[in-house]
Amino acid sequence: MTALVIAEHDNASIKGATLNTVTAAAQCGGDVHVLVAGHNAGEAARQAAQIAGVSKVIHADGEHFAHGLAENMAAQVLAIAGAYSHILFPATASGKNIAPRVAAKLDVGQISDVTKVDSPDTFERPIYAGNAISIVQSLDEKKVITVRTTGFDPAAATGGSAAVETASAAADTGKSKFEGNEIAKNDRPELTAAKIIVSGGRALGSAEKFNEVMTPLADKLGAAIGASRAAVDAGYAANDLQVGQTGKIVAPQLYIAAGISGAIQHLAGMKDSKVIVAINKDPEAPIFSVADYGLEADLFTAIPELVQHVGSMA
Amino acid sequence: MKVLVPVKRVVDYNVKVRVKSDNTGVDIANVKMSMNPFDEIAVEEAVRLKEKGVVTEVIAVSCGVAQCQETLRTAMAIGADRAILVETTEELQPLSVAKLLKALVDKEQPGLVILGKQAIDDDANQTGQMLAALCDLPQATFASKVEIADGKARVTREVDGGLETVTVGLPAIITADLRLNEPRYVTLPNIMKAKKKQLETFKPADLGVEIKPHLKTLKVTEPPKRSAGIKVPDVATLVAKLKNEAKVI
Repeated sequence: MTALVIAEHDNASIKGATLNTVTAAAQCGGDVHVLVAGHNAGEAARQAAQIAGVSKVIHADGEHFAHGLAENMAAQVLAIAGAYSHILFPATASGKNIAPRVAAKLDVGQISDVTKVDSPDTFERPIYAGNAISIVQSLDEKKVITVRTTGFDPAAATGGSAAVETASAAADTGKSKFEGNEIAKNDRPELTAAKIIVSGGRALGSAEKFNEVMTPLADKLGAAIGASRAAVDAGYAANDLQVGQTGKIVAPQLYIAAGISGAIQHLAGMKDSKVIVAINKDPEAPIFSVADYGLEADLFTAIPELVQHVGSMA
Repeated sequence: MKVLVPVKRVVDYNVKVRVKSDNTGVDIANVKMSMNPFDEIAVEEAVRLKEKGVVTEVIAVSCGVAQCQETLRTAMAIGADRAILVETTEELQPLSVAKLLKALVDKEQPGLVILGKQAIDDDANQTGQMLAALCDLPQATFASKVEIADGKARVTREVDGGLETVTVGLPAIITADLRLNEPRYVTLPNIMKAKKKQLETFKPADLGVEIKPHLKTLKVTEPPKRSAGIKVPDVATLVAKLKNEAKVI
C-alpha cells in the first residue's frame, strides 16, 4: 500500500500545502511518494525529497506542465496511478481542479476536503459549510482524496532523504492553453499558511478605508489580510482574500475579525483558528459566539489603538 | 451553439441545517429548497451568452427527485429555453451525476457546458471536472470571466493568490465561481412563461447509466462546538490577554 501525493509547487519551490498533504498521506498507512510535475522543476523535486516521511519523489518535466493545466497534470498522474492505493492532492485551487479529473478517469469516487483519516478507507469531511461532519467509507480500491490542509499538521520540510526518480512526461494533451495570470505580489504571508490573519468586513466602508485601517495592523503583526464575502462583494478587497465556505479555509494561530458580523459561511472558513478575536460594535454580532476575545468597539478607533499597543509592547 | 447547464436542488443557503439525532444525515424534511447558488450563476451566464447572440439554445438539466422540476422551472424563468430532468430517487454522488450528464452531452452535442463550481450541500467541487474527464473535453474551472470567440473560450479563473487566464477549444466544460455575474431577479411574467416551456424526463436507465455509490456514509455528526470566550473592556486588555494568556503575539 503506497500513497502518492501530488506536490503543489512553483517549479522553484514546494508550496506549504504539500507538507500537510504528506501528513495525511502518511496516516493512510503505507509509504509516501511525491509527484513533482513541472517545467525545470528540479529544485522543487529536490525540496520534495527532503520532506520528512517521503520515501520516493517522482519528477516529470515538460514545458506543458509549467502552469499546472488540469488536463496535462491529470494525464501525468494517470500515467503512474497504477502503483498507488491512495492519490492525494492538497484542497487548493490547483488540487481541486485536477483531482476529480483523475478520479473520473479511474472510475472512482473522490473524497473531497478530508479533515481526518480514520482508517485507510474511512475519512472525515465537512459538509454544509462545516455545519456537519460526514464520516465516509470509500468503496473503491483506489482512493482519490483532496486534503483540507488546516486539518493536518505540516510534515517537516527537511530531514528526509528520498531518492528522486525521473519519470517520462505524459504527452501534452493540447486541450487548453495558459494565457497569463495576475498574482498579487506582496511580502505578506500566504493567507492559507499565515500564523496571524487580520480580516476585515463590510463595516470598513470602502476600499480606501480597508487598506488604511487593516494594512498597518497586518504590517505590525506580520499577518496576512483576509476579508468577508460582504467586503469582497462590495469591492473593498480582492476576490482571493475571501475567507469562508467558498473562499479560503484558514486556521491560523490568531484570527482577528474586524467589522465582520459572522455569517455561517464565513465561520466555516475560520472557526478552526486557534485564537479568534472579534472587534465589532454590534454586541449581537454572531462572530462573538465563536470568539475567544470579543471587543465591543468601533473598529476605526480600536484598530489604530491596537496597532499602537502592539507596537509599544514589541 | 447549444449550452447545457446542469442545476442542483439543494437546501437553501439561508437554512441552518441540523444533524439528525440518529446521525444518519442532516434533517432536510420541511426545509426550504432552492437552486444551488453557483448553478444560478451558471444559468445566468448561459442566458447572457444567448442574449449576446453567441449561443442559440440554453438547456437546463437536473438529476434527482421529481421536485427538481421546480429547480428547472426556475432555470427556465431566468431564461433557459427548455429543460431535462433525469429522475431518480437513488442517492446521486458526483461521479454518477457526471455519467448522466455525459450521456446528455452525447445526445445533445452542446458547444459548452456551464456548471456551478460546487454545490453548497456536499461541498464536493467535483462534477464539472469529472464530466470534462468522461467527455475527454477541456475544462476551465472557477471562472470569473468568460469570452467566446472563434470557436474558443477565453476564461479568467480564480486561483490562489489572484487570477489566471486560459483558452480552451470548444466544446468545453466551464465551472462558475462566485463573481462571474450577478444573477437577475426572476420576474412573475417570466415565471409564467417558464411554465409553458418544454420539460423532458428520463430515467437513468433510459440513458444507459447505472447509478452506483462510491462512498458510503457511515455517520454524520455535529462539528465540535466552539464556545464563546470572554468580552474584553478595551484594547489594552485585549493586547495583554493575547500576549500573556493566549501567547499568540
